Amino acid sequence: MRKSEEGADGVALAGIVKSFGATRVLDGIDLAIEGGEFLTLVGPSGCGKSTLLRIIAGLETADGGTVAIGGRRVDHLRPDERDVAMVFQSYALYPHMTVAGNIATPLELRRLTLAERLPLVRHLSPRRPRVMRGIMAEVRAVAETLQIGHLLDRRPAQLSGGQRQRVALGRAMVRRPRVFLMDEPLSNLDAALRVHMRSELAELHARLGITFVYVTHDQVEAMTMSSRVALMDRGRILQLGTPSDLYDHPATLAVARFIGSPPINLIEGESDGAGGVRIDGARLPIAQGVAGGTRVTVGIRPEALHPAPPRHDGPVLRARLKRAENLGAEWLLHAILPDSAGTAVVARITAAEHEAAQRAGLIGEELALAVSASGMHLFGADGARIAVRRLAGAA
Amino acid sequence: MSPSRLIGRIAAHTVLAAGAVVMAAPFVWMLLTSIRPPEEVFGAVFDPIPSRFAGFENYGQALTASNLPRAMLNGVIVCGGILAVQLMTAIPAAYALARLSFRGRELLFALVLFGLTIPIQVPALPLYIAFANLRLLDTYFALMAPFFLTVFGLFLFRQFFRTYPEEILQAARLDGMGEFEIVWRIAAPAALPAIAAFSVFSVVAHWNDLYWPLIVITSSERATPALGILAFRDAETGGNYGALMAAASLITGPMIAGFLAARRAFVRGITMTGVR
Amino acid sequence: MRPRSPQARSEARWGAIFAAPALLLILTILLAPLAVLVALSVTDYRLGAITVRLVGLDNYAALLGDPVFQRSLRNTFLYVAFVLPAAVFGGLGVALLVHARIRTRTVYEVIYFLPVTSTLVAMATVWQFMLHPTLGPVTPLWMNLGFGRIDLLNDPDLALGTLALIGLWQLIGFNMVLFLAGLSAIPRELYEAAALDGARHAPDRFLRVTWPMLGPTTMFVTVTSTVTAFKVFDTVVVLTRGGPLGATETLLYILYLEGFQYFRMGYAAAMTVVLLVFLAGLSILQARVIERKVHYA
Repeated sequence: MRKSEEGADGVALAGIVKSFGATRVLDGIDLAIEGGEFLTLVGPSGCGKSTLLRIIAGLETADGGTVAIGGRRVDHLRPDERDVAMVFQSYALYPHMTVAGNIATPLELRRLTLAERLPLVRHLSPRRPRVMRGIMAEVRAVAETLQIGHLLDRRPAQLSGGQRQRVALGRAMVRRPRVFLMDEPLSNLDAALRVHMRSELAELHARLGITFVYVTHDQVEAMTMSSRVALMDRGRILQLGTPSDLYDHPATLAVARFIGSPPINLIEGESDGAGGVRIDGARLPIAQGVAGGTRVTVGIRPEALHPAPPRHDGPVLRARLKRAENLGAEWLLHAILPDSAGTAVVARITAAEHEAAQRAGLIGEELALAVSASGMHLFGADGARIAVRRLAGAA
Repeated sequence: MSPSRLIGRIAAHTVLAAGAVVMAAPFVWMLLTSIRPPEEVFGAVFDPIPSRFAGFENYGQALTASNLPRAMLNGVIVCGGILAVQLMTAIPAAYALARLSFRGRELLFALVLFGLTIPIQVPALPLYIAFANLRLLDTYFALMAPFFLTVFGLFLFRQFFRTYPEEILQAARLDGMGEFEIVWRIAAPAALPAIAAFSVFSVVAHWNDLYWPLIVITSSERATPALGILAFRDAETGGNYGALMAAASLITGPMIAGFLAARRAFVRGITMTGVR
Repeated sequence: MRPRSPQARSEARWGAIFAAPALLLILTILLAPLAVLVALSVTDYRLGAITVRLVGLDNYAALLGDPVFQRSLRNTFLYVAFVLPAAVFGGLGVALLVHARIRTRTVYEVIYFLPVTSTLVAMATVWQFMLHPTLGPVTPLWMNLGFGRIDLLNDPDLALGTLALIGLWQLIGFNMVLFLAGLSAIPRELYEAAALDGARHAPDRFLRVTWPMLGPTTMFVTVTSTVTAFKVFDTVVVLTRGGPLGATETLLYILYLEGFQYFRMGYAAAMTVVLLVFLAGLSILQARVIERKVHYA
């Protein structure tokens, strides 16, 4: 396994299989997470991403396959021996302990002997006060970096959601783990705080320089924070790559569908064998090298559709406008395609473009949507991507 | 499974099974003796399994040679009467406490909380004197009346109604329902799990109660199940243990059967009393 | 008077109507008897007596000097002192063991809970038979272990302890169910967080997660068990009638005798007031517990 420049440990998963009863939740996962990267496992609920994370943590045992951290197999190790930290969706803070007690717990459990942790008996240890002073100094330092230094004496019930989140991060950070695992940590926060915490987590990752494995069902979180994203569905990884890889070159129809908001427009059609796709009344010139008569799905990102004059030089879809949504900086044009059995499509354009198009009279009840070739993807009937050789000049 | 975990499991089962034997022993002994012929009860040798089935004689004697059937019927009457009045008074009052604002609501709730700490033994003396002066001792009414008030039920139902969505009540009002209809047609049906749990509680408590019946009942025609078994035992001292155990089985059987049938409701009811 | 909405007027009216029967019951069954009780406790009232005299605190003074009352207090406290810790920690122990079972959990739950729902008078009769020195199965078992003949219910040194064991037998399943509910309410993620934090030994998991999370349950169980043990009555009536030699006279049994057998109502009322003071102390304790529980959530 490779180590990053800072020497952070990566995680290697090979052939991970897991079933609950008759349900196979993980179906042979191979994944090399590089040292120091921010890898996000994303997918719909039930895709197995949380189970995979819990297998890395050691909270769940795989039925087959191996887990290695920093090049060393950890399958036989207990969770605490794997030197990983985890932030839970519910934060899992100890409600009866103060913030300081919560953050100190992992250090106490590591640096004090069992006898030194037992009630009454612990006071017999002469070295305990010294160890505890050291622990509290570290706890304070971590709390300061997370800006919760003033909350150390509070209990979790007295904290806001965002503050609890920070305490959970602090408890994970304080023992400097090799790998940081996070299971939907932002899903209990309100929308504004979630956006804010996204950038804080990204900064935290940059500062700590260790490997982050992050589980979410929210593709926006996956796209905004990650070095790489592994998109999972039904126990398999559909695609592994950078956020732009997944967005610009989705390997399958399922990936294209999952990534992007608003979602990608999908239009059913048939290859004409002459470099084009017939969709009822229109023809899109993008199917070079595909045998004629093949059923295909054309995927077009909303930002690849633009209002155009009817005599536009390039592929154009005739559309009927249903509704125009003003998002401020952008507009979403909701339309249906009369040429394709009323398929609904969405075009995303900037406010400036919308204004210009409106002035030019391009947006009426009927409108033409020009398709820019770079935002077009072609998928076969099996959902796999069909490589497209672009026509010269079809911008 | 690792050896240490296997040892742990075996140890846990050993401890639990040993405890279970002690817990179940009286029930097993009761049932075995209730079908044991009399000559064996007094025999010197202890063979747990009866040599012949004498259940018919024992149960027959328990049912005919005493007022046990009457006591059980009384138990049904008393438990049913208590429960009916409890539900009729506690449900609307609890709804009012939880959802309506009226003068004296805080005071009423304070009284309910206070009442939770007072067992029947505290007001028993004055109540007894009152019943004596009204010549109501040894009546069904004297058996039931002190329990018409159920602060526990009031508290339980209030907690339940507080969690009921306000929107549904508002919608019902907009649909033209009055508060009386809302209580009995909207709130009470929604509270059925709580009502079921409370009912099991109430019936078990009053079927098994000894203190109050012992005080107010003197005639065997009004004996409750607990008094019935007591009277049977005193009449049969040194006599037929088989029949006595048959009587005990008959008295406690309905409660155990009821518990097994309504176990979930019962356990939920217990957990609602304040732990969760 | 400030103007009120039709809704507020309707609520005020219906609230009063709904609360009226309950309030009436509280007045007649709870408050009025309490007032009468306190009044009785300063009189020498006897049922059927023609004259009643105010005696001030004489009844309370008599209680202080009454050896039977003092013995019953001592017996009751001894009984509580044995039953309470055994029922709380026994219930907790059984709950911990049962909670870890998967297939056999329901079986154990039902068996341990049987005594709670059964009619104690009937089951006490069964116990009496079981403990019978010549007819019951306990004595031969005991003698098979090499001990001498014992008569648990007729030995002044053993009778109270025997009643306490039967009390424990009846109470432990109830506490187990309460603890099981408490255990089920502990989020699994807390144990997982503890596992990652390094809690590898069972004592660590118990001390850092289980025991603190059960705190409110434990206090609740302690208070209810104390009240239940305090009210021990049925087994005394059925098994010992206070004997042998007053070894099992308990507070409620003495109260019952004074009030409803000897009809010394004034004296019994004073005794009831003492009982009320104990119960009030317990409920104050419980109220504090509930406050602490709010702190946790």
